[in-house]
Amino acid sequence: MRRPLDEPALRALARGCAVLGTGGGGDPRIGLLLALQSLEEVGPTELVDLDDLPDDALIMPCGMVGAPTVHIEKIENGGEGAVLREHLERVTGREVAALMPAEIGGSNGLLPLCWAGRMGLPVVDADGMGRAFPLIPQVTMHLAGIDPNPGVMTDERGNVLVFRAVSGEWMERLERSAAVEFGGAGAATEYPMTVAQARDATVLGTFTLAIRIGDALTSAVGDPIAALLAVTCGYPLMSGKVTDVERRTTKGFVRGSVVIEGLGDDAGRLLRLEIQNENLVALEQGTVLASVPDLITVLDSETADAIATERVRYGQRVTVIAMPCAPIWRSEFGLRMAGPRAFGYDFDYVPVEELAGASA
Amino acid sequence: MPVLDYRLGIDVGGTNTDAVILDRSDQVLAKAKVPTTPDVTSGIVAALDAVISSPAVDAARITHAMLGTTHATNAVLERRRLHRVAVIRIGAPATLGVRPMFEWPADLTAMVSAGAVVVRGGIEFDGRDLSPFDGDAVARFLATVAGRCDGVAITSVFAPVSARHELLAAEIVKRELGEVHVSLSHEVGSVGLLERENATILNAALVGVAGDVARALDRALAAHSLEPVTFFAQNDGTLMALDHALRYPVLTIGSGPANSIRGAAFLTGRTDALVADVGGTSTDVGVLVNGFPRESSQGVEIGGIRTNFRMPDLVTIALGGGTVLSGPDGDGNGRGGNDAVRLGPESVGYRLLDEALIFGGRTPTLTDAAVAIGRTRLGDPALTRPRRGLLEAAARAADVRLAEAIDRVKTARGDLTLIAVGGGSVLIPDELPGVSEVLRPDHFDAANAIGAAIASVSGQVDRIFHFGPGGRKAALDEASAEARDHAVAAGADPDTVQVVELEEIPLAYLTSPAVRIRAKAAGALGGLHAPAPTG
Repeated sequence: MRRPLDEPALRALARGCAVLGTGGGGDPRIGLLLALQSLEEVGPTELVDLDDLPDDALIMPCGMVGAPTVHIEKIENGGEGAVLREHLERVTGREVAALMPAEIGGSNGLLPLCWAGRMGLPVVDADGMGRAFPLIPQVTMHLAGIDPNPGVMTDERGNVLVFRAVSGEWMERLERSAAVEFGGAGAATEYPMTVAQARDATVLGTFTLAIRIGDALTSAVGDPIAALLAVTCGYPLMSGKVTDVERRTTKGFVRGSVVIEGLGDDAGRLLRLEIQNENLVALEQGTVLASVPDLITVLDSETADAIATERVRYGQRVTVIAMPCAPIWRSEFGLRMAGPRAFGYDFDYVPVEELAGASA
Repeated sequence: MPVLDYRLGIDVGGTNTDAVILDRSDQVLAKAKVPTTPDVTSGIVAALDAVISSPAVDAARITHAMLGTTHATNAVLERRRLHRVAVIRIGAPATLGVRPMFEWPADLTAMVSAGAVVVRGGIEFDGRDLSPFDGDAVARFLATVAGRCDGVAITSVFAPVSARHELLAAEIVKRELGEVHVSLSHEVGSVGLLERENATILNAALVGVAGDVARALDRALAAHSLEPVTFFAQNDGTLMALDHALRYPVLTIGSGPANSIRGAAFLTGRTDALVADVGGTSTDVGVLVNGFPRESSQGVEIGGIRTNFRMPDLVTIALGGGTVLSGPDGDGNGRGGNDAVRLGPESVGYRLLDEALIFGGRTPTLTDAAVAIGRTRLGDPALTRPRRGLLEAAARAADVRLAEAIDRVKTARGDLTLIAVGGGSVLIPDELPGVSEVLRPDHFDAANAIGAAIASVSGQVDRIFHFGPGGRKAALDEASAEARDHAVAAGADPDTVQVVELEEIPLAYLTSPAVRIRAKAAGALGGLHAPAPTG
């Protein structure tokens, strides 16, 4: 189904992308402003289902690689997507039919909207994560065996790099270095694929989900967090107050932990969150309540807005929720790429549905 | 600068305008409290007249005057007397996706903007040129706004890393338009292009308002044949010399809470504590760290515009001495049920003396509640008896909200001292969860004006540093030295300047070692202390 994204949809989407960002991925605000100005200047970007496009149509996954701090200062010009498309088409000899965010969570969920809108292309209702992850190969296309090549990267000046990497991991290394040279961040595409391939290689319906999350938070009658959980099939882990925050930065990644003390019905409980840019593991008395690749998000108990990991601080009243990830992440390969052990934790993944069932 | 004798401090709050006069040894000679007026200025004049006419004061000895005012905030909220600003952003071909003032309310844009342009140039996070600076484009734009603008706001991408393109653009403005006001973003805000740009445009728009206030204060002082050196309080609890305030009026926004926190520190001699400033309509709970208000890392909205300049980190609740109470009176034994009581957010404000029950009025207020439960003696306590159930329940409910506000503003567990100031601080109980002791200093009701009068002068740095051969320590030293230099340039006595805040914020998702450093140095007003002996 084709759907033009108007201002209320974009605003809902931004709130939803923050929730799906699981604490990381950058603030969706700049992406929202880029999309709103594009809406005003060229009209709405169209959201389409894979079924609206021919099987052999080419999809360009895209987003920014680099530091969110750079992105709030050196804002995009809105034309980066057109440069990526031009070079992807030149190298592959094929026409791009639609854009897709590599990552729905955080700022990257909204960026492709202004790029696509300004080219008159649609965005497909899918993404490569269903959440946010830090690394380029941590996408479902990688799990499905899609070739990351050719990768294309550009900056606002029009510098272009085309990558032929021997693996997704090498694509990550090369693009990360290029991002530094570009001034800390660059626009990038990898894992180009056809619509037929995308059916099994992406997380479908994530835009619709993000918009529904935003709508639930904005217009729920009664408890917005309950409405959010209904939309995402999520579980409340605990409501309480942040009593300890510990953060450090190593090799460009923020690591740390947050302790939340239960309030109200959860009084007497203590929950500990392990963080590496995103919220990765929720523990209570040494027992795992939820872990990657399932989604763990910290919400402001009053406003129900998602709180980014760098903004969590002592005294905040928060509700921690967990949501099941896309099933493809639960495969052996998926867990090897983005399970607890991929982030250095010494335990095996158990789906949040089972953990929640055990504790209930 | 004259040798210090008496100091006049004035602070404008939402309900009242306060004035104090301190002598050389910081003793309060006189204080006055008058209602804040809609135009603000006449309230300032009234407070000034009241405090100067005190018999304890020889007004001729006033050598310094410090003013904390809400003129700037009000001008934005009420869209009054704002200057027209030509807006220059330096950052193309980046940043074109979100134009300047994109999110501004249309009426404010129409009033303030004389036109906007995005020219090529700007800085990368590592200090390189984003693209070469296009001075010709700046000149061409200025030709289109010449004669139509009162000021120019210039914002370059990553100006907090290097201001060189902003400075080049400022030179062109001077060449093309002459002595028109220029606001440069690196002097106003920190990292975050759109918020810093907004603050810079607002600053340029407020220059006329600052001039009006300065002239009004001058006239009021001249009417008493006084010519003290004048200073404006800014939002970090320190002072700006008048000429600085005329160039950076946006920094006066939020000075009230900062003054109260500084005043609380001065009155108690404490350097680290919580401060609750209870006014007529609201209570600000802030944190005193190392003698200064802790600052918020998040942006603030002013009149619907997001900015990112430094403000005291506060938790504000709509509870004050004039807060209107409603709800059932319960069974007369205080069992009204907290849930049934409604606290505000309306307030009778300065009409407390007419409307509160204890003064024979008909409106139950939080001040009545404090009297009813014996926290303070004021008016006629007997008049509270008929509403006792409501008042007791309201006092309990207010304590709960206050305790939660106090907890929210803390950054770590552990009990802290709470300093209670402001005209409504009798509302605060002697015991609160998370509080080890409650201090109620003398002159608590004028802490804000005292805070303005005793404030020091500061300099700040907030930008991104790259670790060179000296590593992290060299970067911290460089930031500290810059902050000291800024403080001295703003009028601080070099012998008393100290670094009072130093914070590192690492940049995520980036492999090269870069860090944002915030440093602040502060010292006494130059000329206030005898020079250090030499030789």
